[in-house]
Amino acid sequence: MNAIEVHNLSKSYGKLHALTDVSFSVETGELFGIIGPDGAGKTTLFRLLTTLINPDSGSAIVDNCDIAKDYLSIRSRVGYMPGRFSLYPDLTVEENLKFFASLFGTTLDASFDLIAPIYKQIAPFSSRRAGKLSGGMKQKLALSCALIHRPKVLFLDEPTTGVDAVSRSEFWDMLSNLKNHNITILVSTPYMDEASRCNRIALCNEGRILGIDTPDEIMRSFDKQLYGIKSSNMYSLLERARKVEGVEDCYPFGERHHLLAGPSFDIQMFTAQLNDIRDLDIVRVEPTIEDMFIKLMKQ
Amino acid sequence: MNDIIISVSELTKRFGNFTAVDRISFDVRRGEIFGFLGANGAGKTTAMRMLCGLSYPSSGNGVVAGYDVLTEGEKIKRHIGYMSQRFSLYNDLTVGENMRLFAGIYGLSRKQTEQRISELLMQLNFSSERNTLVSSLPLGWKQKLSFAIASIHKPEVIFLDEPTGGVDPVTRRQFWEMIYEAAEKGTTIFVTTHYMDEAEYCSRVSIMVDGKIRALDTPSRLKQQFSAKSMDEVFRTLARGAERGM
Amino acid sequence: MKNAFGSFAKKESLHILRDKRTMLVVMLIPVILMVLFGFAISTEVNNINVAVVAGERTDGVRDAVERLSQNEYFTFKGYITPNNIDPWMRSGKVDAVAVFDSDFDKRIAQSAAGLPTKPVVQLIVDASNVNTAASATAYLQSVILGSASPQTMFETRMLFNPQMKSAYNFVPGIMGLIFILVCALMTSVSIVREKEMGTMEVLLVSPVSPSKIIFAKMIPYFAISCIVLITVLLLARYLLEIPMSGGIGGIFSLSLLYILLSLSLGLLVSTIATTQMAALLISAMVMMMPILMLSGMLFPIENLPKFFQVVSNIIPARWYIDAVRKMMIQGLPIAAVWKNYAILMGMTVAILGVSLKKFNDKLE
Repeated sequence: MNAIEVHNLSKSYGKLHALTDVSFSVETGELFGIIGPDGAGKTTLFRLLTTLINPDSGSAIVDNCDIAKDYLSIRSRVGYMPGRFSLYPDLTVEENLKFFASLFGTTLDASFDLIAPIYKQIAPFSSRRAGKLSGGMKQKLALSCALIHRPKVLFLDEPTTGVDAVSRSEFWDMLSNLKNHNITILVSTPYMDEASRCNRIALCNEGRILGIDTPDEIMRSFDKQLYGIKSSNMYSLLERARKVEGVEDCYPFGERHHLLAGPSFDIQMFTAQLNDIRDLDIVRVEPTIEDMFIKLMKQ
Repeated sequence: MNDIIISVSELTKRFGNFTAVDRISFDVRRGEIFGFLGANGAGKTTAMRMLCGLSYPSSGNGVVAGYDVLTEGEKIKRHIGYMSQRFSLYNDLTVGENMRLFAGIYGLSRKQTEQRISELLMQLNFSSERNTLVSSLPLGWKQKLSFAIASIHKPEVIFLDEPTGGVDPVTRRQFWEMIYEAAEKGTTIFVTTHYMDEAEYCSRVSIMVDGKIRALDTPSRLKQQFSAKSMDEVFRTLARGAERGM
Repeated sequence: MKNAFGSFAKKESLHILRDKRTMLVVMLIPVILMVLFGFAISTEVNNINVAVVAGERTDGVRDAVERLSQNEYFTFKGYITPNNIDPWMRSGKVDAVAVFDSDFDKRIAQSAAGLPTKPVVQLIVDASNVNTAASATAYLQSVILGSASPQTMFETRMLFNPQMKSAYNFVPGIMGLIFILVCALMTSVSIVREKEMGTMEVLLVSPVSPSKIIFAKMIPYFAISCIVLITVLLLARYLLEIPMSGGIGGIFSLSLLYILLSLSLGLLVSTIATTQMAALLISAMVMMMPILMLSGMLFPIENLPKFFQVVSNIIPARWYIDAVRKMMIQGLPIAAVWKNYAILMGMTVAILGVSLKKFNDKLE
C-alpha cells in the first residue's frame, strides 16, 4: 500500500517554476529521501503535501486523503518539521513539548514510548530555553515535537542542514529506528552522502525529478567507467586531465579527482600524456550518488 | 616577505564561566587553503570572529596579515576578505552595484574600482550580467559573485564561513575551483565547512572539539594518524567525544 | 480541543511574560503618557501672576482681589500704577494686569439695580503663549467678576472644566491611543513573528482550527489591556482628579468593546503583513497617525478641513474618544452615547469578520 502518491504535481511562483510535473509514490513504512540542492523544489513539495499551499495542477494523496479535498484530515495525520527552526525559542524544552502535545490533543505520556529514544537525549536540558540549545539538540527537540501525536506520515524538510557530521549521522540512526513503528518518512536533504540511509531516493534539481530508485540501483545504473586520480598539485592535475582526449569530465571529489571516462579513453594513453607528473596515481573507483547526480545534472 | 600569514598562540575567549575558545594555537602559511572544522558549538565561529577583528580575545595572541587581533582589529578588516554563507550580497542591487558598493567600503579609488570590476567580471565570465539584479541570479552564480566581491580589494586572506551550504554538487565544485585558483595566485583561504569531502580539498585541516584544536595536519596524514579511510571518519572519531553541542 | 485552546493561551502568556522589556514598555507607556499630558505638556492656567491697577481700592475692587488671591491658579502680585504696567509685563514680573475703572463699584451697583450699565475691567495679558493666554483670560474674567455681577460684560462661562485642565481632554485621547498600541500592534507583531519563525507552518499543519489559534492568541493581550485600562482609570481618578461623574461602568464597558475592536484590527494587519517590520509600520503609520491627527485627540474635529471631517468618521478612535469624553468629563450616562456604542460595535463585527475570512489556513 502506498502512503503517498503524487501525480503530475506542478507549482509556480510567478515566472519561477518551483515544481514541474512531479510524480512518485512512497510505500507505507518506507524511508524515502528527496535529494537535491537549494532550489530543487524540496520545500515546495513538502508544503504541497502538508496542505500548506495549493498546487497549480496535478494531485496527491497522503494516507488515503486528497491534499486538496481532505486537507483538514491530512493535518491531523501527519507530522511536519519545516526547514527552519520551528520551535519557540523563548519556551523551555518541556514547555515546547507540552504545547505541541496539547495542540494535537494528546499528552507527552501517551506517545512517550515513541519519542523516548530521542527525548531521553535532551531530557537533561528539559528546563533550558529552546533557543539556547545547540543545533543537534534543536533537531532532536523538533523531531520529538513532530512525533508527539504518533503521525502516520512524517515530513522532514532538510532536518540535517547546518548540523555537523556527527549529529547528522545520529539523526539518521533515529530515523531508522522509527521505521520499526511503521511510520512513513519523507525526508529531504542537500547532502548526497545521506542518500544511502534511505530505502529509496528521488534525485531532484530545479523542480524536476532526475531519477527515482533505491540508492544501490541508482549507482548500478551509472553506465560509465569512473577513475580517481591524485597527485601533489591537485589544481594543475585537474586542468591537465580535462584536456586529455577521452576524458568526458573531471571534477574534484574528496582526496581524488573523479574522472569520467568516455568511449575513447585509454588508461595507458592517459598516464603517458601526463608522464611529467611524477606522483600521478590513478585507480578505478565505484560511483557514488553524488557522481550520479553530477552526471544527471550535466546531461 | 613573511611566509606565515596567520599566527595564533594560546588564543582564548571566555563568556562568563564558559570558555568558548580554549587556548588554541596554529599558523597558516601564505597561499594555503586552511580548513577550519569543528562540530556545532565547538567554538569555530567565535574563533573566526576574533581572527577577523570582530571580537576581542580574552587572552592569548593572534596576528593576521601582519596585524595584531588585540590592538589592530580595524586594520585587519581592511586586509582580509570575508564571505558568509548568505546575506553577503544585496538582492535588490545589480551585480555591478554590489561590486561598486564593496569597492567603496574598502576604499578603492574610482579608477581602481572600474578596473577591478571589469577584471573580476571577465574572470567570472560575467561581463554581460553587470546590470542584472542579483535576486534573479541562480544560487551558484551568487556564490561565485560573493567570492569575487570578498576579493575585490585583493586581500591577503579570505575567510569563508560555510560558503557552499545547500549548493548543488556541480556548482559546489566550480566554487572550489575558484578557491584553488585564488590559492594558486597566492591568496590564503581560511574556510569552514560541513561537507567532509571538501575538507579533503584543503592543504591542511584543523578540527576543533569543545573549544580546543584536537587535530591539525594535511588530510592524508590525519587519515593515517587516525587510521581512517576518509576525513568523515577522522572527524567523527574526534567529535564523538565532544561534551558540548550534543 | 479545549485543552489545546487553554495551553495555547498559556503559551502566549509565557511569550509575553518572558519578554520583560516589551512588557515593561507596555505597562509604563500609559503611565508616562498620563503624567506627560496631565502635567508637563499643559495648556492650562497655572501660576499666573496678576497685578491690579485701580484708581481707588473700592469694595468691589477689594472683593475681586480677594477672589484672585484665594484662587490657587493665580498669584496676586499687588497694586501697581498704570506707568508700571509696561515694565512689569516686559520683565515678566506679571503675566496679566487687571485695570479697574474708577466707577467700577458704581456700575456694579447700577447693574445690580437693573440699569443697563455694566462694570468694565480691562485685562492686559501676556499672550506669548497663545493657548495659556486664552485660557487665562477666560478664567481670569470669571474670577474677577465672581458672582458679584449677574450681568457682566463677559458672557463666557466655562462648564465642566472651568480651570480648562488639559488633562481632562487628553485622557480619553490617550486611552484611544494606548489600546491600539497594546492590542493592534502587539497582536499583529506576535502573529507575524510566528510566520517569520516558521512555527506558523507547524501550527497550520495541526488539527487545531485557525480561528482557535487566533482567539487563544488574543486572550493574553485582552488581559493586558484590561490591566492597562484599570491603571489608566485609577490614574485619571486619583492622580489627575477627573471626577468621572457619569459612572465608571459605562466607561469600562465601552473600553472593553474598543479593546476587542483593536484586537481585531491587529488580526487584520497580521493577515496583510508578512514581516514583523511591516506589521509594525502598518500599525504605527496607518493606525496611530490618523488617531493622533483625525480623532479629535489633538485637534477638534470641527476645525479639520471638510474632507478630513468625513474621513474621521471611519476612525474608530474618534467615536471612542468622543464617548469617553462625554462620560468622563461631562458626566453623561452611557445611554447618551448609544450611537457611538452602536458604531463601535458594528465596526468590531465588520473588522473581525473580514480578518477571520482573510486569515488563511494555507500559506498563500
